[in-house]
Amino acid sequence: MTQQNEYRLLDAGERALVVEFGSTVDPAINGKVLALDAALSASRVEGVRECVPTYRSLMIHYDPLVISRHALAERVSAIENAHLPSPKPGARWTLPCCYDPSIAEDIGQVQDLTGLGHDRIVALHSGATYRVYMYGFAPGYCYLGGLPKELAVSRRSTIRPPTPENVVLIGGGLSLVATISMPTGWYVVGRTAERMYAPERARPFLVDVGDEMLFEPVDLATFATLDARAAAGETVARREALS
Amino acid sequence: MSAALRIVHAGPGVSLQDAGRWGYLRYGVTAAGPMDVLAHEAANCAAGAPPDAAAIEISVGGLELVAEDASIGCAIVGGGFRVALDGAALPSDCMATLAPGQRLSIRAGGSGSWAYLAPFARVERTPILGSLSMHARSGMGGAGLLAGEALALADLWEGPATPRALAPVRPAGSAPLRIVAGPQSDYFDADNFARFLEGPWRVSPRSDRMAYALEGPKIGHSKGFNIVSDGIAFGAIQIPGDGQPFVQMADRAPTGGYPKIGTVIAADLGRLAQMRPGDALHFSAVSVEEAVAAWKAARQAMAVAMAQDADLKPESLLALNLIGGVIFAEE
Repeated sequence: MTQQNEYRLLDAGERALVVEFGSTVDPAINGKVLALDAALSASRVEGVRECVPTYRSLMIHYDPLVISRHALAERVSAIENAHLPSPKPGARWTLPCCYDPSIAEDIGQVQDLTGLGHDRIVALHSGATYRVYMYGFAPGYCYLGGLPKELAVSRRSTIRPPTPENVVLIGGGLSLVATISMPTGWYVVGRTAERMYAPERARPFLVDVGDEMLFEPVDLATFATLDARAAAGETVARREALS
Repeated sequence: MSAALRIVHAGPGVSLQDAGRWGYLRYGVTAAGPMDVLAHEAANCAAGAPPDAAAIEISVGGLELVAEDASIGCAIVGGGFRVALDGAALPSDCMATLAPGQRLSIRAGGSGSWAYLAPFARVERTPILGSLSMHARSGMGGAGLLAGEALALADLWEGPATPRALAPVRPAGSAPLRIVAGPQSDYFDADNFARFLEGPWRVSPRSDRMAYALEGPKIGHSKGFNIVSDGIAFGAIQIPGDGQPFVQMADRAPTGGYPKIGTVIAADLGRLAQMRPGDALHFSAVSVEEAVAAWKAARQAMAVAMAQDADLKPESLLALNLIGGVIFAEE
């Protein structure tokens, strides 16, 4: 007997199949998602339109007039039976982040919610190593796991008005780097000078799912300088190759 | 040869849509694309364009435009709109050639929410991430078509010598909207699932290209309503905490965090898209196999109708995957 793989196939209609590896935010579960994602894109299955990796599942968008659900499920099963290792993080990114209360609009509220001082919040948030779990919600919105437990505030019960661009947020035990201005249920704790999405750039989307991310605190003047350079097209985050 | 369609009037929600900005869902990019995929494909097929080509999606706000620099053929397909060429009424689903300076107006009729205008030409614009589709919320591809704007066209081919009616893209009817259960139907017990199917539901005025909100009986969750965010398909029916469903439409976010009780099948999504606030509906559950057969039949019927009324090219049939599907589906 071969070892049973622990995944569930869930139909999201007749044109999308969800392969679910668990129900929690966990690097090992996310690793299985990314391993399947990588194997499917490498084998270029005809009829598979695109895959969307999320925390704990992979959504496979397919054309059922080209590949049947049964044939697709067989391909998934064959890949899972091969027990491919989870891909290692490709890069470690360090993003300059300004936590000054004048642009970290909600950091005062996080102080009230956690009882921690401003400097402690900055030390905790910028002291952690994050994993990029997924993009979602809006172009370049990048969801991060690894937030220290002390900062695990719930999401807001009501949505706050649109944030500035490129803010760094926390909520529900996660952190998030945003791009465009949108209303949010999370708390703005900082703002990065880097753009997670820049259409003119050779790599429009800066990071890959599975990468590591760090935040380096910068003061207001440094932020302004870096932000101007990023606006002119320069990549101001540092990239360190890991594999 | 080049020419342009000059927009004289465009109501809110009129936009340019090709098949959508596919390929970037994993980066949080909404695919957008047409609300009524079949009507969009039919308009393109009637115009002799590839089924996934860019066409104008017309909302109930209506559209009026003028041909500039050349005669421009246009195919119009969709939800029973009132179409007029220089004031003379044409059928709702039709094709016609606009001489330079001629004015075409497309206004909402007694029912239906979206119509598609496909030019007998290629729309000349710079794609963003491979697509010309407009997504209002992110501004990607532009927020919408505006009065005064010129839609540049290239590679024009000949339109019909006289206006011609086209067959409606689908029969009228009030059959239940078919869904495939899942991916989180296990968050609902049998009673709540039955109540969900039965409804009856009314389309809420809070509906837009992102989602159609439904009003009706409260659907209770048996395991709470917060899940770890996962992928969202076109037609996914989310049930948030208040128990009132949202059907995720063309402008949905690629991921989301409410349980999804089911997904409206492709064959019935266009019929839902064409409903208006206040319209009543209920659901029935089908298997994946039934859903695939229904989608294939709907597209085949559309292709046959367009082949009779327009001069559908064999390449268009190929592009619709109707021939390829038969060969590859059992592999």
